Amino acid sequence: MANFVYKKVDALVFGLFSPEIIKKMACAKIVTPELYDKEGFPVDGGLMDVRLGVIDPGIRCKTCGGSLKECMGHFGYMDLARPLIHIKYADVILTTLRATCRECGKVLTDTKIKIEVEEETPAPVVTAASEEEIVLPPLPTVEEPVKKETKSSKNIKKCLHCNAKQFTIKLEKPTTYLEDEKKLTPIDIHTRLLRITDEDLEKLGLDPKYARPDWMVLTILPVPPVTIRPSITLETGERSEDDLTHKLGDIVRINQRLFENINAGAPEIIVEDLWELLQYHVTTYFDNEISQVPPARHRSGQALKTLTERIKSKEGRFRHNLAGKRVNFAARTVISPDSKLELYEVGVPFSVAMELTIPERVTEWNIKHLKKFVENGPQKYPGSNYVLRPDGKKKKITEETHEQLLEELQPGYIVERHLMDGDIAVFNRQPSLHRMSIMAHKIKVLHGKSFRLNPSVCNPYAADFDGDEMNLHIPQTEEARAEAEILMQVQTQIITPKNGLNIIGCSTDSITGNYLLTKNMEFPKEDAIQILHTIGVYNQERFEKFKKNVTGKEIFSVLLPEDFNFVGQTKNKKPFIVKEGILIEGHLDKATIGEEKGELIRALYAQYGQDIGIDLLGKIFRLGLEALLRNGFTTTIADTDLPTEIAEKCKETIYNAERRVAQLIEQYQNKELESLPGLSIEDTVEVKILDTLNKARSRVGEIITEISDENNPTIIMAVSGAKGNLLNLAMMAACVGQQAMRGKRIENGYRHRTLSVFTKGELLPKAKGFIKMGYKDGLGPEEFFMNAITGRDSLMDTALRTPKSGYLYRRLSSALQDIKVAYDGTVRDANENIVQFIYGEDGLDVSKTEGGKINVTRIVKEIVGEK
Amino acid sequence: MTTLPEHLQKELEEHFKKFKPNEKQKQEITKRIETLYEDAKIAPGEAIGIITAESFGEPSTQMTISSFHFAGVAEMNVTVGLVRLIEVFDARKKPSTPQMKLPLKAKYSKTSEMVKEVSMKIKETKLGDITEEISINVAKGSIEIILDKKKMRDTDIKLSHILTRLKESFKTLTLKELKDSISLKGKDEIKLSELYKLKEKAKTIHIAGLKGITQVLPIKDDDGYVIHTAGSNIEDALAMEEVDKSKITSNDVFEIAKVLGIEAARKAIINESLKVIKDQGLDIDIRHIIFLADVMTRGGVIKGVTRTGITGEKESVLARASFETPMKHIINATLIGERDDLNSVVENVIINQPVPLGTGLPGLVMKSNKK
Repeated sequence: MANFVYKKVDALVFGLFSPEIIKKMACAKIVTPELYDKEGFPVDGGLMDVRLGVIDPGIRCKTCGGSLKECMGHFGYMDLARPLIHIKYADVILTTLRATCRECGKVLTDTKIKIEVEEETPAPVVTAASEEEIVLPPLPTVEEPVKKETKSSKNIKKCLHCNAKQFTIKLEKPTTYLEDEKKLTPIDIHTRLLRITDEDLEKLGLDPKYARPDWMVLTILPVPPVTIRPSITLETGERSEDDLTHKLGDIVRINQRLFENINAGAPEIIVEDLWELLQYHVTTYFDNEISQVPPARHRSGQALKTLTERIKSKEGRFRHNLAGKRVNFAARTVISPDSKLELYEVGVPFSVAMELTIPERVTEWNIKHLKKFVENGPQKYPGSNYVLRPDGKKKKITEETHEQLLEELQPGYIVERHLMDGDIAVFNRQPSLHRMSIMAHKIKVLHGKSFRLNPSVCNPYAADFDGDEMNLHIPQTEEARAEAEILMQVQTQIITPKNGLNIIGCSTDSITGNYLLTKNMEFPKEDAIQILHTIGVYNQERFEKFKKNVTGKEIFSVLLPEDFNFVGQTKNKKPFIVKEGILIEGHLDKATIGEEKGELIRALYAQYGQDIGIDLLGKIFRLGLEALLRNGFTTTIADTDLPTEIAEKCKETIYNAERRVAQLIEQYQNKELESLPGLSIEDTVEVKILDTLNKARSRVGEIITEISDENNPTIIMAVSGAKGNLLNLAMMAACVGQQAMRGKRIENGYRHRTLSVFTKGELLPKAKGFIKMGYKDGLGPEEFFMNAITGRDSLMDTALRTPKSGYLYRRLSSALQDIKVAYDGTVRDANENIVQFIYGEDGLDVSKTEGGKINVTRIVKEIVGEK
Repeated sequence: MTTLPEHLQKELEEHFKKFKPNEKQKQEITKRIETLYEDAKIAPGEAIGIITAESFGEPSTQMTISSFHFAGVAEMNVTVGLVRLIEVFDARKKPSTPQMKLPLKAKYSKTSEMVKEVSMKIKETKLGDITEEISINVAKGSIEIILDKKKMRDTDIKLSHILTRLKESFKTLTLKELKDSISLKGKDEIKLSELYKLKEKAKTIHIAGLKGITQVLPIKDDDGYVIHTAGSNIEDALAMEEVDKSKITSNDVFEIAKVLGIEAARKAIINESLKVIKDQGLDIDIRHIIFLADVMTRGGVIKGVTRTGITGEKESVLARASFETPMKHIINATLIGERDDLNSVVENVIINQPVPLGTGLPGLVMKSNKK
């Protein structure tokens, strides 16, 4: 086995390069703006100098001899003809200049103030310089103390040390410094900053080891390696240079011109102009988005992307490349449902299974087994794509190589074989809002081109099948596979840590099916056994106990373990009792097997553990579907037909409400209405009308419930909790009701009415968005319009909410990401500062509880016996 | 030996009382609960911060944004939903709709008249509220204040009180009482623009009531009258004899921190977040809310979940830089030669090293068996 050297980065230290270091680490001095000569070779001393690294394949680096992949590039440097201000440090230079004497470079303040500053901001950083004098607290944090120093020294007109007169220094953005209205050149600034002693710098809150202010005035400019600014060869053979190279080219050109002019003794004005131009180029080289500075542009007019823009924002280095990385061994395709799969499985198409691989090490025990994969090669399933030799060489299996590879295969080799049933994969759907958005599944290789998953796991992923795509990752090491299997598999994630309820459960059809099955279905013995066989239950003992006709309750009971006792409630608060594995009373519905609410699911899970729990859940799910399949189930528009008397009753209710509203309006107009406390008359009548109309709508809903026909599929779905509710039914069958915006009826526009068909100041229900028709009967034009208003409003709400909540989530996660439970049970952040002494005040993990609690009642009842 | 947390012990005792198990059963029950508790304990290394962030982040996508909630009175709107939640987590200095609930002592809430009287005492009255007009007399260079006698009677404010308040606020001006108005004049000539400013200032002079309370609404509930206010002023409300001091609530977290201390503020953050979550019909375990409130208040001051708050005060440069304003953090880090010890999560993601959380936390080393 190879002897790995595991390197660990222990810490990073930030600081500035001194001119000496820049020179020392440089491999080339850049003197010419030309990039290539006539033959197309990089010019020596140009920006693409071969000593700066390799960007073309097949060429070796002139400095280190490495090839494209090995050489990471080398810095160059260029001497600047005149010193320049580093734009990012313009403010620091200003404060430093203000805080020190213009003659002697000492800090313009007395010791008393200094101590005050240091006491106020005890800083976390310990430097080598301050270690000797332990009495003093270490350096204060950055800018603050500098500012304070200047504040206290602002009024000091004379240096305390050399009595030199001081003037006010101003920074004219971006890079011009004025002392008493006279311009300070970078040369002056540089000499002044050089005078400041290391000791004084510490007083200013700067670390002289890492950030001497004179380094902030550039006298020499490092030229980054070509590897960070590679050029692209276009199809035409033309080379297109990186933005940075362009910018550096400008700098070199102007710099050389400046040199020439100075040496030729050109007039001061010309030198100054060039100097300023060079300052502009260097400024935009660092940051091209500074206010007051026009951004440097391409010929096409597009602003160049220089150093700061490379780092900044979502597309910048940090968030795009460093905090989020691209991976290999991943696949993405459309998902589709397959209820015959187990919940913890994922169907993977052959095309994916033959592309993604799992590395398997050859040993003397599995060599025969693995040879088969090599023999099959990449074209035949199950085969393999690559073989890794012990020396690290990777060999692709092809027609030519596979004979030879087969022969040389021996223990120590690694075979990258195709995916097979039972392999572990990590499955994910974006947006990954919680940990259940990435779960581990067992692979099941299937025909077709989409990923298949059990509809029950849609809820945690928030997936549906209207074209959603999902990602699949294959863990490549034993450790990763073990972690995925133990910590991430679907059965470990049934209970969400959000509130301790089951995020996975039955939904829609399977609830309807189970509801009907356990309520009133009956099957001949043969059918019952067939149903159970289809869902994967082969309990011969129980089958033998079946009578000629088997009820749905009995069929369901076969699934349950024989020692299972459970007392719960159905959705409509009727008892649901399981005794010794037999469903005695009640029926299944959303409250027992549904998502979030399924008490039965949680009880099974708590009592029998993950594996049996998920197995049972899968079976219950399929049982529901199978029951529906045998009986047939559909919902039609006729479901919303109301018997004439009921329809009459509804109409009457609405008519009465309208009359009542009319009365209210009349009272209001006659000023007979008494205002409610704290409300104006106008508001009072609004509140009363809204109240009346809402009551009428609820009454209509109630009337419809009264008739609720037990065999009406729409009602069955509503009652069982599979989908929809009775209010939805009322909206379809009888009356849509008041359209409300911000808790009020639709408000008038500028012309005192909602629509021009109404008279001005109209208060009648229909003029303010009351829809008295049901969806089936159809809405009137003005009703339709009102309905569209609220519809549009809710669309807007969603569109605005998504980015807001996304940002909240990002802030929360970056604020809390490092906080963990320590070994002593306390909650601590990354630097071991205690946040809580015990998590959640009782140390419980929400995802291991039942709704955030430990179910004492169940245990007591179990031991004492039911009372 | 496990000791159960207090609330579990209490629950257990209650169950013992209700179901009356015998001694042996009691022992068995306790043992079962103890093992259950041990099993449900949180594992060391659990990335609880991320779990909390997820527990808030995921449901927040389901919240409604519609920010106003009708509380019965037009001016008494309350910010609710996602907007309010963000407001609490941001630790904004002032809530957009500050509110208080002031329960009255039984003594003072026997009749609705008494309650009305108290609520009038609570509501802030500004000079502008009890005047018919405040005008500038250009000729005389003075400000004329014409009082509204009826409103003064309603709010029970005496003329003398107004005069003293005016004197306190305009020390440089001379007051002159006319027939039914008050005239304000400076010793020297005042410029018109100055005069205009003075006029605007005069309107907002605090005359009576609690500062900042713009609306009051007495609501009767089971335990008597509660006065709901728009605007929050805990300090002055505490000084009122009529108010039941132990039950005052406010939604201004910063004011609570100032008046009642950081522990109270922590509780206020918990309550305010819980209110939003309940209101939206969501279910987030209380432990997450407690945890976030603890993180926000652990330094003794309220820190928001912002780049200047919790994240901004992280020790790691890279962690701060990867959140927002990366350049600022890097530049400042260079000035003091800041050292990043790579203790937390993003830094290690950035440099491709295992993260010190969960399975990345234990430093387990196995010696290979060399033979």
